[in-house]
Amino acid sequence: MSAITIVRQLSEVVLAIAIAPLFGGWIAQCRAWLQSRTAPPLIQPYRMLRKLFHKDAALATTASPLFRMTPYILFGTMVLAAAIIPSIATDLTFARAADAIALIGLFATARVFQSLAAMDIGTAFGSMGARRDMMIGFLAEPALLMVLFNAFLLSGSTALPSVVDVRTMHSFFVDPSLLFAAIAFLMVLLAENARIPIDNPATHLELTMIHEAMALEYSARHLALLEWAANLKLFNYACIGFALFLPWGIATQGRDGGVALAVAVGALLVKLVLAGAVLALIEALSAKLRIFRAPEYLAISFLLAVLGLLVHLLLEA
Amino acid sequence: MAHPWMTSGIVTTVSTHGLHLLLWLTLAWLILGVFALIRIHSLPFAARLFPLGAIVCLSIALMASIMLITGSLPQVAILPLGLPNLPFHARLDTLSAFFLLLLGVSGAGISIFAGGYFRHSHGTAPGLLCLQYHIFLASMALVTLADDAYFFMVAWETMALSSYFLVTAQHRFAEVRRAGFLYLLMAHLGAICILLSFGVLQGGRWQFTFEAMRSAALSPAWASAAFLLALVGFGTKAGLVPMHVWLPEAHPAAPSPVSAMMSGLMLSTAVYGMLRIAFNLLHIRYWWWGVLILALGLFSALYGAVFAAVQTDMKRLLAYSSIENIGVIFTGIGLTILFDASHLPLFASLALSAALIHALNHSIFKSLLFLTTGSVLHATNQRSLGKLGGLIRSMPWVATLALVGTLAIAGLPPLNGFVSEWLLLQSFLYTPLIPHAFLNMLIPLGAAVLALTAALAAYVMVKFYGVIFLGQHREPSLEHAHDADWLERIGLTWLALGCLTIGVLPQLVLRAAGAVTGTLLGQTVNLGSLFGLLAPISPKQASYSGLVLLAGIFVVVGITFIVVRALAHGRIQRTAPWDCGYPWQTSRMQDTAEGFGQPIRHIFGTFFGMERELPSPDDSAPQYRIRIEDRIWGTLYQPITRNVQRLADWIGLLQGGRLPIYLLYSFLTLIALLVFVL
Repeated sequence: MSAITIVRQLSEVVLAIAIAPLFGGWIAQCRAWLQSRTAPPLIQPYRMLRKLFHKDAALATTASPLFRMTPYILFGTMVLAAAIIPSIATDLTFARAADAIALIGLFATARVFQSLAAMDIGTAFGSMGARRDMMIGFLAEPALLMVLFNAFLLSGSTALPSVVDVRTMHSFFVDPSLLFAAIAFLMVLLAENARIPIDNPATHLELTMIHEAMALEYSARHLALLEWAANLKLFNYACIGFALFLPWGIATQGRDGGVALAVAVGALLVKLVLAGAVLALIEALSAKLRIFRAPEYLAISFLLAVLGLLVHLLLEA
Repeated sequence: MAHPWMTSGIVTTVSTHGLHLLLWLTLAWLILGVFALIRIHSLPFAARLFPLGAIVCLSIALMASIMLITGSLPQVAILPLGLPNLPFHARLDTLSAFFLLLLGVSGAGISIFAGGYFRHSHGTAPGLLCLQYHIFLASMALVTLADDAYFFMVAWETMALSSYFLVTAQHRFAEVRRAGFLYLLMAHLGAICILLSFGVLQGGRWQFTFEAMRSAALSPAWASAAFLLALVGFGTKAGLVPMHVWLPEAHPAAPSPVSAMMSGLMLSTAVYGMLRIAFNLLHIRYWWWGVLILALGLFSALYGAVFAAVQTDMKRLLAYSSIENIGVIFTGIGLTILFDASHLPLFASLALSAALIHALNHSIFKSLLFLTTGSVLHATNQRSLGKLGGLIRSMPWVATLALVGTLAIAGLPPLNGFVSEWLLLQSFLYTPLIPHAFLNMLIPLGAAVLALTAALAAYVMVKFYGVIFLGQHREPSLEHAHDADWLERIGLTWLALGCLTIGVLPQLVLRAAGAVTGTLLGQTVNLGSLFGLLAPISPKQASYSGLVLLAGIFVVVGITFIVVRALAHGRIQRTAPWDCGYPWQTSRMQDTAEGFGQPIRHIFGTFFGMERELPSPDDSAPQYRIRIEDRIWGTLYQPITRNVQRLADWIGLLQGGRLPIYLLYSFLTLIALLVFVL
């Protein structure tokens, strides 16, 4: 563990924390354009955070310490995950602390804390959001695991740095199994991050909301941390997707000098811009599903991932 | 293995006499139990003996870990007990030592807790309860030490009987007696299968020591018969679906420390028995055994998780969660057999390590949770989730420690439940290597089922914790719920620390599991350094470090907190909950346990037999009632009982109850015999 590695690690974390809200802002902007609305400025999320951090927190009288701790824990897990995911370089201090399966576990920890906090106040909306969010969680998990299975079969590893290292050595040839897995992953990403077609982050429509229902009782700095953590989660998922399916540009072990890092940051930004546009396009083109259509949606995602697996096993055999 | 402190005199003495010391410690439990009879009706007297039992537990755990590390195993002894020419054989090997470690670690927490738990004495007299409790503990230890079928069955049946009496401690309630009877019945059906399995295993030589069975060469058909009998026998004890029916009845009926022991410890002895027969007594394993266990395990896991999600009684919920965890353990065993039969010993040892560590984890966190339900029960007199809520404010100790157990059982990093689930998922990744054309494509789907189960477990535990401890009190009386007393707190803290330690330093238990896999499979996974990464195959493949995750979260949370305080502020205003501006909210508007289970009932509807009673719009006192039934009852057990009943009715025709008829029977029999002889 050299000083360079630590510097690289720190810069990656700082970068993630800094551009995660920007990524959310970019998606909102794209979506506004697609809907022919005037787009909010790109830095709108930062203004929002700034405003929230300066307000006084209103805390329900029935709130327990768990409720107050949760925004910090959520933010902490997401920052930690950002430190582990190789978004610009693979040789990181924390990279080996968790493989992709453990990362999913880390996200699950965050999800459980958020759901518990939502139930803490004891209002109707909180527990409703909690149970819906946990439902999406257990529906998405099998699909996500099958996606990782695909990646494992191609690269012989579930550790993201190894996946990136192996995959960048190959040419740009896209394995058909990976194509299926990529679509499945994209579907899971939308569901896990409370976006259309599963949830709509833009509304407070009382009876359909999931993520917003859980954040309902939060205000000021707690809400700011929660929103920031949600942005980071989306950013992290995008980076996991890049590492699995579009690893080109990430500075691999041995080739991670200053220039390579600059290229990696540039590549990451380009990928984020494209991914944000794609996400906005999907959101603009689809309608929100009824909550009990979510199992079908995620079953499709699961089947796609299984199809990828079978394609791989059959082609290899 | 040559740590300097291990070569010191005491440890050497201990390790060479390990088996004898363990047998003496087991005797100490029995003595404690008998001692309790001196003042059979004195509750304070019996309560003082439980912590002494905990000390014995700790000593056993310590002994077992020394034996696992120093490795002067196996040790054998012939006990001066039993019938003439049929003495009890005892043997301590790594497998026994591992399960004794499990017994000691979890048993210590439960026994300390029990010291504070039994406060009122209706039902069984406290002294008698103390005796039964310690006989139960001792018999479980002896099951793992037995080295012949005779001794094993005696210990096994003692275990079943003592636990039966413990389950029926509140025998004045009819439903408790019914649950106890069902348990006894299923325990004996299982025991018969185990006995038959031993009968097959001796291979026609009529030698019932395990030593003789190890050298018996069975034909494939007989080996499979022995295996299947053992699977049914131990599966019944472990609670594999469809033999699980006794479990959700018996666990809630028992006092909480007993539920904890049955769920955490006794189910593990069934796992031990299965491993003993499959990997030690049978000399060969066929791949389809693995597929069978794997399928049963996965089905049980999913079944348990789904049913746990719709329960409304907190102890029943935990009982179904035990079925789920046993399913996960058997999934690991199935994978082990499959890998072993395919000559992939490294991955077999990975899967076996996962199964063993999960058994240990389950015993710790399930005990912890059952004990917390005991504290809740004491404080509130409520087992129904619909009447609890908001206890985190009146019972902060119990709530905090229960949170640790909740996160652990939900399989979340950085606690222990995640470690074993991660290891198991890792071993699933290598199933495409199995040299069977269709299996290598089908079995990866098992990983998806396992992932679904793990995520469902998280759902269940959010429900469990959220409905009991969070939100507002559903009953006004809960304001005055008192926290656990200090002995209970110590017991709970011990178990919670266990969850944390194994989660953060999984290498500790991986070493213990490695000793077992070394003996049973001749191979261990990459153990790594104690504080380093957990990378069972190689860090290139996959690695995990609970320590780094925990420390990382702590550091980031700390820095965030300080930065937020420094750059912004820490001002807070207490207000009424917002709830979208709705002012007339009451505690009854929170999700109930039924409400929280609703998505599960919707998605997994085919699993349940469901009866719903919906109120009509103009009811003056609207009532919503729902009854969830286990379909297995209707499809499997009721036909069996019906047929048994019919058979019994037929036989009943012979018993007219009139003396002349009976005399006629005797006369006819005599005639028949005379005809036969002449």
